Amino acid sequence: MANVLVFIDNPGASLKKSSLELLTLARSLGESTVALNGELSDSAAATFAEYGVAGILRPSAQDLDEFLVAPKAAFLAAAAENTGAGIVLLDNSPEGKEIAARLGVRLSAGVITDVVAVDPDGTAHKSVLAGSYTTACKATTAVSVLTLKANNVTPEPAPAATSPATSTVDVPAVAAAARITAREQKVASGRPDLTDARIVVAGGRGMDGDFGPVEELADALGAAVGASRAATDAGWISHDAQVGQTGKTVSPQLYISAGISGAIQQKAGMQTSKVIVAINKDAESPVFEIADFGIIGDVFDVLPQATAEIKKRKG
Amino acid sequence: MKIVVLVKHVPDAQFDRHLNGEGHTTDRDESILSELDEYALEAALQLAEARGGSKAGNQVIALSMGPAGAVNAVKKSLQMGATEGVHVTDDALAGSDAAATSLALAAAVRHLGGVDLVLTGMASTDGETSLVPAQLAERLGLPQVTFASTLQVDGGRLTARRDADTYSETVEAPLPAVVSVTDQINEPRYPNFKGIIAAKRKSITTLSLSDIGVDPAQVGFAGSWTAITSAEQRPPRTAGTIITDEGDAGIKLVDFLAAQKLL
Ligand SMILES: Cc1cc2nc3c(=O)[nH]c(=O)nc-3n(C[C@H](O)[C@H](O)[C@H](O)COP(=O)(O)OP(=O)(O)OC[C@H]3O[C@@H](n4cnc5c(N)ncnc54)[C@H](O)[C@@H]3O)c2cc1C
Ligand SMILES: Nc1ncnc2c1ncn2[C@@H]1O[C@H](COP(=O)(O)O)[C@@H](O)[C@H]1O
Repeated sequence: MANVLVFIDNPGASLKKSSLELLTLARSLGESTVALNGELSDSAAATFAEYGVAGILRPSAQDLDEFLVAPKAAFLAAAAENTGAGIVLLDNSPEGKEIAARLGVRLSAGVITDVVAVDPDGTAHKSVLAGSYTTACKATTAVSVLTLKANNVTPEPAPAATSPATSTVDVPAVAAAARITAREQKVASGRPDLTDARIVVAGGRGMDGDFGPVEELADALGAAVGASRAATDAGWISHDAQVGQTGKTVSPQLYISAGISGAIQQKAGMQTSKVIVAINKDAESPVFEIADFGIIGDVFDVLPQATAEIKKRKG
Repeated sequence: MKIVVLVKHVPDAQFDRHLNGEGHTTDRDESILSELDEYALEAALQLAEARGGSKAGNQVIALSMGPAGAVNAVKKSLQMGATEGVHVTDDALAGSDAAATSLALAAAVRHLGGVDLVLTGMASTDGETSLVPAQLAERLGLPQVTFASTLQVDGGRLTARRDADTYSETVEAPLPAVVSVTDQINEPRYPNFKGIIAAKRKSITTLSLSDIGVDPAQVGFAGSWTAITSAEQRPPRTAGTIITDEGDAGIKLVDFLAAQKLL
């Protein structure tokens, strides 16, 4: 069994679901140690114990958050050497991937991104070419660095809790890093997070400036709101809602596509959804080629009617 | 300013894309300049133009690593306005993963010398790993700013904005630096007739591994740190039921969701 190092960045008061997924996967691969950046709250410490973590490593430097990734990669490299880790697991966020990238060079370790599952021998599974292939890949190096996509592992506490000891790792100085000079928090929508929502209702240019019907249907279903790039570029909805090649990749149980033509770049982000429903007034739209249930109709008729019907049935 | 733009020659996503052979590498017939690299090139051209263009000594060098056909990505970049092109090509490069690719590209950037800024796309549209920019920065010992949605350069410093899900941030770095840009940063230009004619007179330098001082054992299948052990094509999605709204499609939609136990 390998020593597995899990990077947890600023967990705050409680760990995110994706962090619990990392800890659960780590345990299935070997003995897990957490490399923690940021405060260690009592509840985070309790969660680490509950998830069977053997030890917690913290950086000697406090200012890792002021720079873009290079010092975090340096910390992780030192932590990996300290624990003799054979596998390092990180989030598949843009930041997770770029820390992984630098870490890979520092450790001469193969990096695999977008991982959905890992076999006991370290073979990683992922899909490539916009979901058209599933591949198995493996690092050919002593250490592998893997970034795990959210929602592919069910978080599960360890059968027996541990009492992880905490120690400090020296962070070597890095030559040059970009400095973060300002940070603005965005206002939360109150809706489920797009990337791990069970249902996504997405609107496109066909919404013609009015996302109300999309949002109302989303709320009736407890869904997240997504959009095509045409809709986000027009400013009808925040860029964070964009689904596709240059937006989010989602694979919910249900994706409702409203007034979206289904261009290849849009499909790249949603075609692995379990069930796809499309509403479009043009019968020739490519989205109908991948829809399980397609409605040739006007979004301004169909969406409000569906919303009203759901409310009626839900009482 | 001397700006290098990394441009990758990738299979056109408008067609079916395939993994071939023992190494499961992408089939490169029907390839184009990666759309996402056009944003990096446009950003470079704007920076150069704001400083008086090539007449004032600004260089925008399009650099691609890949098989013979990859020269087409360089040519397209020259048509859009890059001042010169560099094509790193060698049989030993076949099968390179991000680590090997970044090793060869780093050697090429060092070989060019005196580079102020390396601009890249946010991800290649085939590999989609977004690893190369950060690995290149690590290998060159440079700061990296990835996913920039704005970029200003003033004197020896750059300022950029990055957008994450829950926050946006402003970052600063000294030059030289590696910057990857998103598709939010600008609207790439199309090559015009003048640009296409002018491109014919621009030079493209072809470099082999020995030109840039890279040992063939460090790249390609042999030098890569990851290997694809199996690849399986997913069955394409097939269309399901399509109905035309006759005034009750919203209700039928809810019936469908109920039948699928999605309500
Ligand atoms: C480098 C690059 C990256 C990109 N990345 C992405 C990405 O990440 N995500 C993405 O989505 N796109 C992306 N795109 C853009 C993509 O190519 C398409 O242009 C975009 O997805 C189109 O959005 P749309 O379907 O909303 O608009 P359109 O293609 O204009 O389609 C609108 C649809 O709405 C229908 N419609 C209009 N009115 C109604 C009505 N009243 N009722 C019902 N239907 C109606 C029309 O029939 C049409 O099918 C990218 C493009 C490039 C070049
Ligand atoms: N073979 C290559 N030649 C030139 N640039 C490349 C190559 N591979 C990757 N890049 C650059 O690195 C970016 C990110 O690629 P990737 O890490 O493969 O997602 C691309 O948008 C390109 O700008």
